[in-house]
Amino acid sequence: MTQRPDSTQTPDYGAFPDARGHFGRFGGRFVSETLMAALDELETMYRRLKDDPQFQADFDYDLAHYVGRPSPLYLAERWTEQLGGARIWLKREDLNHTGAHKVNNTIGQALLAKHMGKKRVIAETGAGQHGVASATVAARLGLECHVFMGEEDIRRQRLNVYRMKLLGAEVIPVTSGSRTLKDAMNEAMRDWVTNVDDTFYIIGTVAGPHPYPMLVRDFQSVIGREAREQSLAQAGKLPDALVACVGGGSNAIGLFHPFLNDEGVAMYGVEAAGDGVDTGRHAAPLSVGRPGVLHGNRTYLMEDDNGQIVETHSVSAGLDYPGVGPEHAWLKDIGRVNYVSADDQEALAAFRELTRVEGIMPALESAHALAYARKLAPTLGKDQDIVINLSGRGDKDILTVAEIDGINF
Amino acid sequence: MSRIETTFAQLKEKQRKALIPYITAGDPGLEVTVPLMHAMVKAGADVIELGVPFSDPMADGPVIQKACERALAAGTGLRDVLAMVREFRRGDDRTPVVLMGYLNPVEIMGYERFAETCQEVGVDGVLLVDLPPEECDEIGPLFKERGIDLIFLVAPTTTEARIARIAEAASGYLYYVSLKGVTGAASLNVEEVAARVETIRNLAQLPIGVGFGIKDAQSARAVSRVADGVVVGSALVNQVAAHADEPMAITPAVSEILADMRAAMDKP
Repeated sequence: MTQRPDSTQTPDYGAFPDARGHFGRFGGRFVSETLMAALDELETMYRRLKDDPQFQADFDYDLAHYVGRPSPLYLAERWTEQLGGARIWLKREDLNHTGAHKVNNTIGQALLAKHMGKKRVIAETGAGQHGVASATVAARLGLECHVFMGEEDIRRQRLNVYRMKLLGAEVIPVTSGSRTLKDAMNEAMRDWVTNVDDTFYIIGTVAGPHPYPMLVRDFQSVIGREAREQSLAQAGKLPDALVACVGGGSNAIGLFHPFLNDEGVAMYGVEAAGDGVDTGRHAAPLSVGRPGVLHGNRTYLMEDDNGQIVETHSVSAGLDYPGVGPEHAWLKDIGRVNYVSADDQEALAAFRELTRVEGIMPALESAHALAYARKLAPTLGKDQDIVINLSGRGDKDILTVAEIDGINF
Repeated sequence: MSRIETTFAQLKEKQRKALIPYITAGDPGLEVTVPLMHAMVKAGADVIELGVPFSDPMADGPVIQKACERALAAGTGLRDVLAMVREFRRGDDRTPVVLMGYLNPVEIMGYERFAETCQEVGVDGVLLVDLPPEECDEIGPLFKERGIDLIFLVAPTTTEARIARIAEAASGYLYYVSLKGVTGAASLNVEEVAARVETIRNLAQLPIGVGFGIKDAQSARAVSRVADGVVVGSALVNQVAAHADEPMAITPAVSEILADMRAAMDKP
């Protein structure tokens, strides 16, 4: 923990992580010895393929023809008018095949698995979007797929559970701990340790041991690269602010990363405040947590004075995670990105508002970004632009919202 | 010479192997642990691995996961575990105690304070499952200057180059994980273990303990033929779980298993 960031100098963001996977004092590779060889193998393979034109061409082809990229950058005119400030642009990751940004990463990791000759893939999932995206690419490549999912999330996300089963994946309920995303990740790690020879672990976010935070970021950065080009083409300039929700933080890093060197672009990562960050019932480690080590990396965590990880709460299963990707922890410390939060009520209000005003039903995760942008927009001028990552669509959340409305199907 | 070094040297002289039981501290209650440690020594334990409970024990199977849950429900924190070692030392200044657990509770306490307290209460070694040698630049020297051994795992997947690197960072003993999997998993294959231990011996001078998958006197004996130490965890913690409602019965049940293992290991 000695490597303190030097805030007087602008770092070269592209140079991170360092050779051992560190972003300043965060990141790294904190796993049991059995997995070290597998992570070395994965890193070696990734570093080789990353610059291989054929691998990049295969990845780009799949993104174009299977995922449906590029995703549009949509000017939300009515909402902009209603909020009375900056122009609001939505990066439409909700229009991707399988309904969220998650598939960008699973396509990339599935290609890696294929190159490494692995026949079996495992994944953890919270909201089920990463599980669905993993089951989808596994079906396409004929790989055996096991998805670990907390029992509590299985209840909240029944539709996605059934989707995964239809896709041929086995969904394994996790009954330990808080029965949510972090426990699913523990269980996936345990499976990987046991079946490390033939199994590829598709981690769904920019967390986990090195090289995962790096490679997931690289695969998701297509979001920001497109948004940057689209902004220049459609708005005639770079945006003034970017807004994205942060659970583990993969959609946010995907949007932010290609803009990090653009000094004039402000960035806001929105964590889930649940019932409120001062209630203890939330999922906002960057806002009120402290550094520690979990799931293979050093990052901000929600933990008690004894270093035990505490339970999180959010209406959105995909943000219900006590940690956050190490690159976000670093970007917070050096002050490049502002980390803020939106609570359950604000997210639900934004969910309803976008649905009614623009005819776009956002995922409850993405609704946290919308909720913050709703407050930010009126503080900016009409000639300014905000790009929000609409990371997923809300179909999967209809049952949750209906339940809150007291409707039972 | 450290207590761990002395113990292995003395055992070697007597041509015996180390019996190394693991229990989770504070399972099922804080008051159970120290008497159980003394009883395990009496039943033939040479080194005690004392588990520090953690909310997310990623390398552990269901048996030790549940032990962590029981210990945490009883309110066991790292400070309590260190206090247990202090209490144990009042009645035993000979048996090495190794704290085994995950890094995060140590991160929160702070490396320096943890190392200082370990020295003060009489901890001899520390094994942090999710702390590989690559991440030890800061914590390593703090232990070294206080004579506390940093013990590392070697896995079936560890390459020879890594074994050499681990051996360089490690002291006390090396802990060979006999199988790919979590604690308490399926049975180990003694022939495979023997071959790997041989490889490790060629690359490292330290004594080698073998753990994961040792369930009974028979497997303890088999492993003792090839390794310097036999680590047994889940088989004992199973007994703690079975008697969690009647803690008085835990000590005799654990002692019986250990005594059987001791006898089987010592039989010529």
